[in-house]
Amino acid sequence: MYSQGLIGADNKTEETQAFLDAFQKRIDAEEKIEPNDPMPLAYRNTLIRMIGQHAHSEIVGMLPEGNWITRAPTLRRKVALLAKVQDEGGHGLYLYSAAETLGVSREQMTEELLDGTAKYSSIFNYPTPTWADIGTIGWLVDGAAIMNQVPLCRCSYGPYARAMIRVCKEESFHQRQGYELVKTLCEGTAEQKAMAQDSLDRWWWPSLMMFGPSDTDSQHSDKSMQWKIKRFTNDELRQKFIDATVPQAELIGLTVPDKDLTWNPTKNRGKGGYDFGEINWDEFWRVVQGHGLMNKDRIAARKKAWDEGAWVREAAQAYAAKQQSSSVA
Amino acid sequence: MNPALLHSVVQIADDHLILGHRMSEWCGHAPMLEEDLSMPNMALDMIGQARTLYTYAATIENQGRTEDDFAYLRNDREYLNCLLVERPNGDFAHTMLRQLYFAAYMHPFWEAMHKSTDNTLQALSFKAVKEIAYHIRHCGEWIVRLGDGTDESHERINNAVSALHPYTAELFEVDEQRLAGIELGIFPAQAQLRQVWDKTIDQIFHQAKIKVPRTDFNQSGGRKGLHTEDFGLLLSQLQYLQRAYPGSTW
Amino acid sequence: MSTEPSMPLWEVFIRPRVGLHHKHVGSLHAADSTLALQAARDVYTRREEGDSIWVVASKNVHASDPGKAAENFDPAGDKIYRHPSFYDIPDDVGHM
Repeated sequence: MYSQGLIGADNKTEETQAFLDAFQKRIDAEEKIEPNDPMPLAYRNTLIRMIGQHAHSEIVGMLPEGNWITRAPTLRRKVALLAKVQDEGGHGLYLYSAAETLGVSREQMTEELLDGTAKYSSIFNYPTPTWADIGTIGWLVDGAAIMNQVPLCRCSYGPYARAMIRVCKEESFHQRQGYELVKTLCEGTAEQKAMAQDSLDRWWWPSLMMFGPSDTDSQHSDKSMQWKIKRFTNDELRQKFIDATVPQAELIGLTVPDKDLTWNPTKNRGKGGYDFGEINWDEFWRVVQGHGLMNKDRIAARKKAWDEGAWVREAAQAYAAKQQSSSVA
Repeated sequence: MNPALLHSVVQIADDHLILGHRMSEWCGHAPMLEEDLSMPNMALDMIGQARTLYTYAATIENQGRTEDDFAYLRNDREYLNCLLVERPNGDFAHTMLRQLYFAAYMHPFWEAMHKSTDNTLQALSFKAVKEIAYHIRHCGEWIVRLGDGTDESHERINNAVSALHPYTAELFEVDEQRLAGIELGIFPAQAQLRQVWDKTIDQIFHQAKIKVPRTDFNQSGGRKGLHTEDFGLLLSQLQYLQRAYPGSTW
Repeated sequence: MSTEPSMPLWEVFIRPRVGLHHKHVGSLHAADSTLALQAARDVYTRREEGDSIWVVASKNVHASDPGKAAENFDPAGDKIYRHPSFYDIPDDVGHM
C-alpha cells in the first residue's frame, strides 16, 4: 500500500529545487503530508528515525514501571499501573504503525533496537528501586512526554499526527495517577514522604534531560522545525515543563533538588519563569552512549521477549499458511 | 453472617487475584506487541472480578476489612485458590492453557450464577460471563495455532497439557462449605460444570490436534490452603510493601 | 541484517456505534484475520471506542495515486450545477 512517493527509488525522479520548494510550500500552508505523497528523502528519514525512537521509548518504557506491577501495594494501584503500562505498549504499537507507512517494517525497527543502532529515550535507563518511582515517572516523565507530544499532534506528517492525537488522549490519565500516587506518599508516614523526596531527587534532572540537548547543541532541531515535524525547540519545552512542575512539587511539600532554582519575573516575555541550574550533560551523553545503570538490562529484557516469542510467531504464521493452502486446495 | 458463603467467595476471589497476578507478570514481555495488550486485558478482568468478590466477602464478614486486607494481609495458608492458578507462567503455551482451563470452568459457572439465589453474585455474573467468554476465545484460538502450528509449538503445547492437566480436577472439588451453598441454590452443582468444561476442552483440543491426557493422579490442596512452593514467592512480591510498611496508606 | 519473515499487516476500522460508518483507526500485525480481529479488539477498543471491527489485509488496500490527484479530483470543482444552491427558485416557495 505504501510503495509510492519514494522519490529517487525508481531512478527516474530526483529532488530538484523546484520539488523541494513545492514541498516546503505545502508544509508552510499547514497541509498534511500523507504516506503516498512524494517527500524529500531527508524528511522521510528524519521521520523514520524520530517515530522509531519514539516507539522504542514506549516499548522500553514498559520495563521500569512493569518492574512494580507484581508489587503494587493495593488492588486499585495494581489495576491502574497495569492499565498504564499496557497503554505504553499500545502507544508503541500505534507509533510503529505510523513509521511503517514510511516503508520500514516493525521487524526491521525491532532488530535495530535490539542491536543498539536505534536509540530510545535515555530516561528509561534509570532504575526504579522504590514504589515512589512509579508515581514520579507518571508525574515527571509522562509530564515531560506530554509537553513534547502535544505539539506533535500538529506534526506535518499525517500518520504521526493522528497517532499522537490518540496517544495524548490516552496519556491524560497517566500523569494524574502519578501525581496522585506521589501526593498520597507525601501525606503518609515520614518514611513514605522520604521515599517520595528521594525519588524526586533521582528523577528531576534526568526528566529535564528528556527534552534533549540545548538548542545550541542539537543536531536535528532546525530542519525538523522548518518541516513542522517539531513545533517548539528543546529549550522552550524544557522551560515550560519546569515552570509547570515546580509549583506542583511545592504544593505537596517536596523540594526540587536544584539550589539555583529561582523565580525570574522577566522571563517568558515578562510573564515570569524559573531560572535553573546547570544540567549535567556529561551524564546525559554517558547514558545515551549506553552506560546508564539499566541500559544493558533493558535491551536484554526486550531481546529475551523477542527471542523467546519467536516460536509463537512462527506457529501462528505456520498455521495461517496451512489454512490458506487448504482453502485454496 | 454466613461463614460457608464467606469461605466459598474467598476461594473464588483468590482464584481470580492469583491468576490475574500471574498473567500480569507477562506485561512487557509478550511474544509480540499485540499480545502485550491482550494479556493485561485478561489480567485486568481477573483482578477486577477479584476486587468485587473481596469487597463482597468483606460485607459478608462485616468486621471492617477491605478488599486490600483480604488481598494483601493473609498468610499463605489462608489463601484458598486452587493450585492451577498459582502455577508459574512457564512459556506462552503454559499461560494460554492455564487461562483456558480456568476460563472454561468459570464460563458455565457464571452462566449458572444468573439464577443464583445470591443477589450480589448474580449481578456480578452478567458482567463476568462476557469477560470470560472472550478469554476462552482468545486463548482457544492461540491453542489451536500452537497445536497445529510448527513441530516445536506442538511439542510445547503438549508439554503444557501434561504439566497442567493434573491440576484441573481441583476446580470441581466440593467441600462442605460449597456443598452448603449448592444446597441453598447459591452455587451450581459442580458435576454440571464439569460436563460443559469437558466439551469446551475437547472441542478446542480436537481442533488443535492435541489429545486430552489420561491423568493417573490429580493434585489438590490449594482450596484448603496448602500451596506449592512457588506460591510463597508470589506472595512475597504481592505483599512486599504492605508487609514492609504496615498500616500505611498507598 | 537477518530479518524474520514479516508478520502480515492489517488495517483496522472501527464503528463507533450502530448507524455510523466504520472508520480507519490504525493498523497492527497478525498472522491471520481471526488473530487480527482479536488483536484489534484488545488494541483499539480499550476505552469503548466502538461496537464493530473490520480488519483488511494492508496488501489488499489499493490507493489512488497522489500524483494524479489533480486529474482525479479537480474536475469536480466547477460542476456547481450538482449542488442545490446553483438553482434560483422564489423565496416564497419555502424550503425545497
